[in-house]
Amino acid sequence: MSEITLNIIRIWAGLFIILSFISVNAIILVYLERKIAGHIQRRPGPFEVGPHGILQPFADAVKLLGKQIITPRYADALLYWAAPILSFAPVAVCFLPIPAGPHARVLDINVGVILILAFSGLNVLALCLAGWGSQNKWSLLGAARNIAQSVGYEIPLLLSVMPILMLSGSLDLNTITQNQGGWPWEWYAFKQPVAFIIFFVCALAETNRAPFDLPEAESELTAGFHTEYSGMGFGLFFMGEYTYMIVVCSMTALLFMGGWQGPFAPGWWWFVPKVYVLLLIMMWIRWTFPRVRFDQLLNVSWKWLIPISLVNLLATALVISLCC
Amino acid sequence: MSLTGNDVLAGKGDFYTRHFQPTPREDTLILNMGPQHPSTHGVLRVMLEIDGEYILRAEPVIGYVHRMQEKMGERLDYNQYLPNTARVDYLHPLAWNWAYVGAAEKLLGLEIPERAEYIRVITCELNRISSHLLWWGTYLLDLGAFTPILYAFADREKLADILQRITGSRLTFSLYQIGGCKADMDDRFIRETKEFIEYMRSRFPMYKDLVTDNLILRKRVEGIGRITREECRKYGASGPTVRAAGLDYDVRRTEPYSLYDRFEFNCPVYEDGDALARYMVRMQEMEQSLEIIEQALKQLPDGEIMAPKVPKKPKPPSGEVYHAVESGRGKVGVRLISDGSAVPYRVKLRSPSYSNLSLFPCIAAGTLLADAISILGSLDLVIPEIDR
Repeated sequence: MSEITLNIIRIWAGLFIILSFISVNAIILVYLERKIAGHIQRRPGPFEVGPHGILQPFADAVKLLGKQIITPRYADALLYWAAPILSFAPVAVCFLPIPAGPHARVLDINVGVILILAFSGLNVLALCLAGWGSQNKWSLLGAARNIAQSVGYEIPLLLSVMPILMLSGSLDLNTITQNQGGWPWEWYAFKQPVAFIIFFVCALAETNRAPFDLPEAESELTAGFHTEYSGMGFGLFFMGEYTYMIVVCSMTALLFMGGWQGPFAPGWWWFVPKVYVLLLIMMWIRWTFPRVRFDQLLNVSWKWLIPISLVNLLATALVISLCC
Repeated sequence: MSLTGNDVLAGKGDFYTRHFQPTPREDTLILNMGPQHPSTHGVLRVMLEIDGEYILRAEPVIGYVHRMQEKMGERLDYNQYLPNTARVDYLHPLAWNWAYVGAAEKLLGLEIPERAEYIRVITCELNRISSHLLWWGTYLLDLGAFTPILYAFADREKLADILQRITGSRLTFSLYQIGGCKADMDDRFIRETKEFIEYMRSRFPMYKDLVTDNLILRKRVEGIGRITREECRKYGASGPTVRAAGLDYDVRRTEPYSLYDRFEFNCPVYEDGDALARYMVRMQEMEQSLEIIEQALKQLPDGEIMAPKVPKKPKPPSGEVYHAVESGRGKVGVRLISDGSAVPYRVKLRSPSYSNLSLFPCIAAGTLLADAISILGSLDLVIPEIDR
């Protein structure tokens, strides 16, 4: 067989593994989120289904699957149903270039960072379609918020990735990981603390997590862009959001925290805990802080994050050109 | 059949939609916030005209939980109507209870025993704390913080337990009776109340650290929804809303009823009139309520809890009285007109939420949608009280 055929088989097999990984992770994350929220709020969280409510996510999934799928009368059915699929499908592609271990990745591609950033941008389009297609004023407001937010935070996100690319001289996530060491002081987070913080803040905003969950702010916009969705339509958005969280946390772990590198025995057993620690921090933030206001959100991006990341980028460039 | 935008423009839609239309501008959106909306805390409907996220016009539409409380008052005799007063404002039912009972006592010219007055003060202040706690939790929920409401409810649960001992219910307490109180405080009630005072005082620093000093919260409430004194006067607002706007008006102080002139407490007054000021007023009022309860428990005399010879079915002489008390939301007033029969001729309930809500259109204009929700929350509205 030719090399191309082999590669295609490899990608299909990889996608299959990724999809199962995504589903399992979504289930774990839903359980974790509810349990952590419960403990932060001084209550036990889910407790009825299975021991310590461990089967709760399955019950949730069955409930979502069993719900009637409703298309609102005046909704644009094509856009309305394209949106949840479009929100979930690209995140699977985002996993292709992510190396979980030295050899554990699906797609050996030397522009992995670009691929992930490009495909994760599609999420905006999905949310925009959902808001427009629903023919609901709250959804529309949510979509409008989402677009402004994504545009505002994509820029500092990219600007905070750039210094890392300059330091490592590669767009390949595996090379970037290898250029870092196993100990925390060898991580890029240690060399680039400003970029690390900006990246994580932008990651929160890009995944629409609290305190930046404005597109779906339920106390303001009822449920934002997914107001009208029922059953698996909502389920796909939900899965998409959780998967996207894993993607950005994996990116953070790879770019700033040494990825699969550890003090000894490098492998996925270093990578996965790092990702989960980041996910736990995201949940912790969500259940602690109030939501920011829309204009404040954009102000933070345009007045603080972008200038700071630009200065950081220039400083990094200067240091590299002087020292190397 | 739901309506499209064109139907609305063509004059279809309900009465309020038609009267909110047409708008002088064509590039704006008419938005119905409610009657089913997570942040209106009940079935309040607000019609909004928005330009992007900015609100140009806001108009509350009320009446979705109108229960004819006043009419019911004209059909039931004085004692029969009492539990109804607890349903007017389900968060501070004892204030309404007190306002009605107080008005009836004025009509009958009854002197009530001192111990009963102390019981009223203590339970009403406990109820005020539980009302403010619930406001605190739901207001932060409006602002997108999910956790504080559960903390508030955990504390409120203790209050519900304490008040359940004496009133028998956990939400719509009805304890006061014409001529006194239905039940007396026992030792356990007093002990638990004392424990609660200590517990609650230890909670305030945590609330301050977790929420009040939070930068995001400060940015969300500072300078939002400024109300001036003149506006407060114009709309007849009362309660923490006016005290946050610099008006030192607390019924407990300005027209002392019951025993409130015997206690030393502050009425926190802020000058800014914004959402933060209203927030701070309520937080400090909780501490002041604890002070009042502590003093009342110290002074508590022994004695009867019911005035002697109160008729089972009172027939007050014809006349007209008004009795006002301070509830968690403001001035609660009951006007009773008697024609000498066992049933009042007229019961007028003056609810503070109604007056405070009427402030909303003038302060919401020009703000962002998220701010309008913050303002609506900061007014601490109880919708059944508005509609009565």
